[in-house]
Amino acid sequence: MAVTAEPVKADLREPAGWRRTKSRIATALMVLSFVVVIIPLGFVLYTVIAKGASVVGWSFWTSGTIPPNVLPLGTGGMGAAILGTLEITALATVMAVPLGVLGAVYINEYGGKGALASVVRFMADVMTGVPSIVMGLFIFSIWVVHFGFSGLAGAFALGCLMLPIVIRSSEEMLKLVPNSLREGSYALGATKARVTLTVVLPAAIGGIVSGALLAVARAAGETAPLLFCILTVFTPNYNPFHGPDTALPLQIFSNASSPFVGAQGRGWGAALTLIAIAFILMIAARLITARFVRYSR
Amino acid sequence: MSAVTQVDPAIPAGSTRALEARRPLGDRSFHILALGCGLLVLVILVLIAITTSQQASSWFSAEGFKIFTNNWNPGANQFGALAFLYGTAITAVIALILAVPVSIGIALLLTEVVPRQWARPIVYVVDLLAVVPSVVWGLWGILVFAPWLQHIYTHIASGVSGVPVLGPLFGQPVDGASYFTAGIILAFMITPIVTSLSREVIATVPAIDKEGAYALGATRWEMIRGAVWPHSQGGVVGAVMLGLGRAMGETIAVALVIGSSPEITSHLFAPGYNMPSVIANQFGEATGVFRAGLMGLGVLLFVFTIIINMAARGIVERSARRHRGA
Repeated sequence: MAVTAEPVKADLREPAGWRRTKSRIATALMVLSFVVVIIPLGFVLYTVIAKGASVVGWSFWTSGTIPPNVLPLGTGGMGAAILGTLEITALATVMAVPLGVLGAVYINEYGGKGALASVVRFMADVMTGVPSIVMGLFIFSIWVVHFGFSGLAGAFALGCLMLPIVIRSSEEMLKLVPNSLREGSYALGATKARVTLTVVLPAAIGGIVSGALLAVARAAGETAPLLFCILTVFTPNYNPFHGPDTALPLQIFSNASSPFVGAQGRGWGAALTLIAIAFILMIAARLITARFVRYSR
Repeated sequence: MSAVTQVDPAIPAGSTRALEARRPLGDRSFHILALGCGLLVLVILVLIAITTSQQASSWFSAEGFKIFTNNWNPGANQFGALAFLYGTAITAVIALILAVPVSIGIALLLTEVVPRQWARPIVYVVDLLAVVPSVVWGLWGILVFAPWLQHIYTHIASGVSGVPVLGPLFGQPVDGASYFTAGIILAFMITPIVTSLSREVIATVPAIDKEGAYALGATRWEMIRGAVWPHSQGGVVGAVMLGLGRAMGETIAVALVIGSSPEITSHLFAPGYNMPSVIANQFGEATGVFRAGLMGLGVLLFVFTIIINMAARGIVERSARRHRGA
C-alpha cells in the first residue's frame, strides 16, 4: 500500500497557476450571477410583504373596491377585484385546459412524428411567445368590438395565453407514459380513444394537473390582456358573461400610478394577495409533481 | 357482418380503408376532436393576424409609410410610430445585455458546477422570478426601484457629463423612470426563460466530450470553452432570441417604469416609450385612426415576435436534435 500512496502527493488533477485562477474566477462569476438574481427577487418579495402585510386581512379582501383616490388606508378593499380574478381565471381554465390536453393528445398519441403534429407542436411553442397584450388586442377585435366588455372576453384572452402552455406541458407528460401500457391495452382489444382516455391520461394526470396549475398561475397575474377586454370598474360584477369587470392585476395597475399613499398601500395589499395566489398555485403544482414522480416510479 | 369473416388473417389486409371504416364511431370522433384541438393553435394564430390587421387597416392606409416617422400626436391626428419602435429596440437591447451573461452564468453553474441535488433549489429560485406577475414588478419598479435608481443615475450623469460617448448615453436623468429602468426590470423578467433554455441546450453536450477535455488536463473553464461552448453556441443564440421576443412584448411592468414620453433620444436615463406600453396606456381613450394606430402597433409587435420566436425555436430545436441524434 505504501507504494501506491506515494504518487498521490503529486496532485495531477489540479493545474497550477494562472489557468487554475482563471477557472476559479469563472466559477466565482457563475455563482455571482445567481446572487445577482437572488437580490432583486428578495428585494421585491420583501417589499411586497413588508408593505402589503399590514394592509391585507379579511376586511381588505371582502370590502368594496374603490378607485385610486386620496382616501386613506383602511378604506376600501379588493373584494370586487378578487371576485373578478377568480371568475375570469376559472372560466379561462375551464376553456383552456381541456382543449390544451386534447391538443397534446393529438400531438403525442395521434400525430406522432408526422408533419402536421410537428407543425402544431412548433406553433404552440411560438404561440407561448406571443405577447400577452397582443392576445388582448386580438380578443378586443374579434369579441369586444361585437359583444362589448365582459369577464368572458378576459377569460378568452387568458385562455389563449394558457392554451399553448397547457399543450406543451401535457405533451411532455404524455411522452413519459410508458408504451407498454398502451400496447397492453391494445392487446386487450381496446380502441385508441379508450386507451387514451382510460389508460394514458390517468397515468399522466398528475403531471398534466401540475402543468395546468402553472399555466393558471401565469394567467392569474396577467394584466395586459385584461385591459381591453374587461375594462376596470370598481363594483363587483357577479355575472362574468355580461358587462365590464375588474381583476386584481388591473387594480394594482391603476393604484401603482397613483400619487396617493392610501391608493399605493391598497396596491401593495393587492400585490401581496396576487403573489400569494400565484405561489399557492405553484407550490400545489410542485407538490403534485413530486407525488406524481414518486408514484410513477 | 359477413365481410369480417371473409378477411383471411394470412393475407395482408388488402384495403386499409376497410379497416379504418370498421373503427367505432366514438373512436373516430375522438380522433377528430383531438385533431381539432391541435389545429386550434394554428387557427388562433391566423385569426390574430387577420382580425388585428383588419382593425388596424385604417392606420396603415391613412398614414402609409408615415407610420415610420417620429411624430406621434393624437391631438393633431398624426400617428408616426418611430419613437415606439426605437424605445422597444433600446429597452430590449438593454435587457439582453444585462440578462444574457447572468443567464448563461446560471445555466453553466447548474450544469457544470453544482451537484445535482443543489441544481433543483436553484432552478426553483430562478423560476420564482417568472412567478412574480408583471404588474408587481411594475409596482415595485415605480414606487421603490426607480426612486432608488434616480440617485445612482444622478451620480453617474454628473460623473460622465462632457465625456464624448458616455455623456450623451448616461446624462440627464429626469427621474427614475427611464429606458434604462425599463431595461433592468425586463432583464429580471427574461432571465428565467433564457436560463432554462440555455440550460436545456447545454445539458445536451455529450459527457464524453467533457470528460475528454478533463482527461487532457483542462481546467473547468477550459473545458467549458473547449467542449461545452462550441456544442451549445447555436442553441444559446436561440435562447437569447426567445428572451428578446419576451422583452419586446412585456407590457405592464414597462408601461409603469418607462416614463411615457414619445421621444427619440440617446439618453438612456431619459423617459421614453415603447410599443406595448403605449398600447396599454392610450388604448382606453383612443378612437378612430388613433385606435387603429395602436392596434397597428400590436400587429407590428405580433409580426416581430412571431418571426423572432419562429427563428429562435427553429435554432434551439435544430441544435438540440443535432446533439441528441449525434
